Amino acid sequence: MSPKEKQPLLYLNGVSVSFDGFKAINNLSLVVERGEMRAIIGPNGAGKTTMMDIITGKTRPDEGEVFFEGDTDLTKYDEADIACLGIGRKFQKPTVFENHSVYDNLALAFDEDRGILANLFHNETRSRRGRINEILDTVRLSHRKDFLASELSHGQKQWLEIGMLLAQDPKLLLVDEPVAGMTDAETVETANLLREISKNHSVIVVEHDMGFIRDLDVKVTCLAEGSVLSEGSLDHVASDEKVIESYLGR
Amino acid sequence: MISKSLFTKLGPQSIWIVALLFLIAAVVPLLNLALPESHPLHVPSYLVGLFGKYLCYAMLALALDLVWGYCGILSLGHGAFFALGGYAMGMYLMRQIGTRGVYAHPTLPDFMVFLNWEELPWFWLGFDQFWFAALMVVAVPGLLAFVFGWFAFRSRVTGVYLSIITQAMTYALLLAFFRNDMGFGGNNGLTDFKDMLGVSLQSDGTRAALFSATAVALGLSFLLCSLIVNSKFGKLLVAIRDAESRARFLGYRVEHFKLFAFVVSAMIAGVAGALYVPQVGIINPGEFAPANSIEVVIWTAVGGRGTLFGPIFGALLVNGGKSYFTAAYPEYWLFALGGLFVLVTLFLPKGIVGVLSQLRSAAQKQLGQRASAETGAKPEAAE
Ligand SMILES: Nc1ncnc2c1ncn2[C@@H]1O[C@H](COP(=O)(O)OP(=O)(O)O)[C@@H](O)[C@H]1O
Ligand SMILES: [Mg+2]
Repeated sequence: MSPKEKQPLLYLNGVSVSFDGFKAINNLSLVVERGEMRAIIGPNGAGKTTMMDIITGKTRPDEGEVFFEGDTDLTKYDEADIACLGIGRKFQKPTVFENHSVYDNLALAFDEDRGILANLFHNETRSRRGRINEILDTVRLSHRKDFLASELSHGQKQWLEIGMLLAQDPKLLLVDEPVAGMTDAETVETANLLREISKNHSVIVVEHDMGFIRDLDVKVTCLAEGSVLSEGSLDHVASDEKVIESYLGR
Repeated sequence: MISKSLFTKLGPQSIWIVALLFLIAAVVPLLNLALPESHPLHVPSYLVGLFGKYLCYAMLALALDLVWGYCGILSLGHGAFFALGGYAMGMYLMRQIGTRGVYAHPTLPDFMVFLNWEELPWFWLGFDQFWFAALMVVAVPGLLAFVFGWFAFRSRVTGVYLSIITQAMTYALLLAFFRNDMGFGGNNGLTDFKDMLGVSLQSDGTRAALFSATAVALGLSFLLCSLIVNSKFGKLLVAIRDAESRARFLGYRVEHFKLFAFVVSAMIAGVAGALYVPQVGIINPGEFAPANSIEVVIWTAVGGRGTLFGPIFGALLVNGGKSYFTAAYPEYWLFALGGLFVLVTLFLPKGIVGVLSQLRSAAQKQLGQRASAETGAKPEAAE
């Protein structure tokens, strides 16, 4: 193994950011290993989404280090660069291309040349079509392939966005509240989907739904007021005094 | 086969429109020149000139639609690119006057002699050559769009703010071109053109040829825009329009895509302006007026943005209406235009063509559902 592969995939150290004097992220440190799936919980306003903004280049931290794959300093890059480095992101509010078909949404996300000319003279290949159809199966949308994304239900849009992440094929997936607004059946299905995805991707999932987190059965980090309150197995975190006081107990 | 793949890429509708424009380019001059005036199918020269002008407007609206309809960039300054293309052509036409000006100066246009200029300013050099002027017709608007877009898109200026600065851009150019010392004829602009490529601009033959050239240029621009919007690049433009941040987080350099579309659009607008000037015989700073650019937005909205035929249709319809109204009820034209815009914005957000194609696809869907109900097959949504 080369040293690079021994390094953690994502490494945040002492990260802080404030908006108009309000510290949304406060001395946050977090390490995610290769191949790991991590669940992040915490009350509203804990800074979970802001943490993703920092990792993906949308927000620059005031202090601290953010490293990807050991030596890539993410604070030096912008959103498009970071996406190309291999970090994909699902937004808290599902965001898909409403006026494109489900298939085209995946095709646009597909991992290939992002240049202007490549896209002007792009030709659909059979192997690519096959890959997209596989992803359609994975996210349970094969039967909606030719529908406009705007015609999908809320839950289906969430899945489509996860499918777009798969098409993008990043090394790390950041998934912000994937089951918000889903029915119980859809929630169970989504947990299965994420477990499937985590077999060959590293994933960070932010979620409030404790049943869902339990289904994922992975290491949990609880954030509050911009820093890590507790970390470990779900049972460990859930029985932590501080967590009960600031989040679960309320 | 190239032609076959072109056909499948564009779809039959686009091919029909391009074919129709080329047909018009061939037939109208014949009906104008070859038929005697008494013939019922004879097209009088004034109509050829009028429709030639409309086709230039249609091209400008098409250019705007590429960035507004497909990429969400509401430019309120597209008239500036049109005017710059027009000025480049006007400069060529000025140089063609030669010694036939009032002052009969061998190199200087009349207005420069009048201002007591000794020699041709450097930026007028080369404009005696048609090829050079033709190059500038696309290069100058393209360069302005590139520089403007580079800064605007990189700083992520969008929405209303972007519209306002495009408006400011055309207004600044209006003020600049009004100044005599800019060297573009100031207030009066460039006019009194005599000939182009060695033939008189006043002859019916030249006018008919200009009409044809405009119809062909519109057809080619339409083809270019169709190829762009039907490519993966075009789908990406729409994606950026609808969810810019999604595209960005997928790894696309949104600013580069916008910039490319903006520059192509400005170049098409420049060609439209260049074809317009010899047909109307004058170019002056008034073409930079903010109101002109806003009118282009109205044509596009009325016809239907986000469809390529819409802006062409809208430009022809609104300008046809304008010609009629300003002759019949001159005092009501602005009210009619304003009312039309309000009506369309409120009730037909996709414009006339957008609504028609919506009705059509709804009808198709119903037919499809009926057919599938009969055969018991699963309905397939139209692409
Ligand atoms: N761009 C911003 N400007 C100002 N305040 C912000 C911004 N982004 C987030 N915040 C604030 O930072 C805090 C953390 O927000 P967020 O990360 O969205 O929380 P979570 O996702 O954990 O619910 C909130 O109080 C929010 O109002
Ligand atoms: Mg959040």
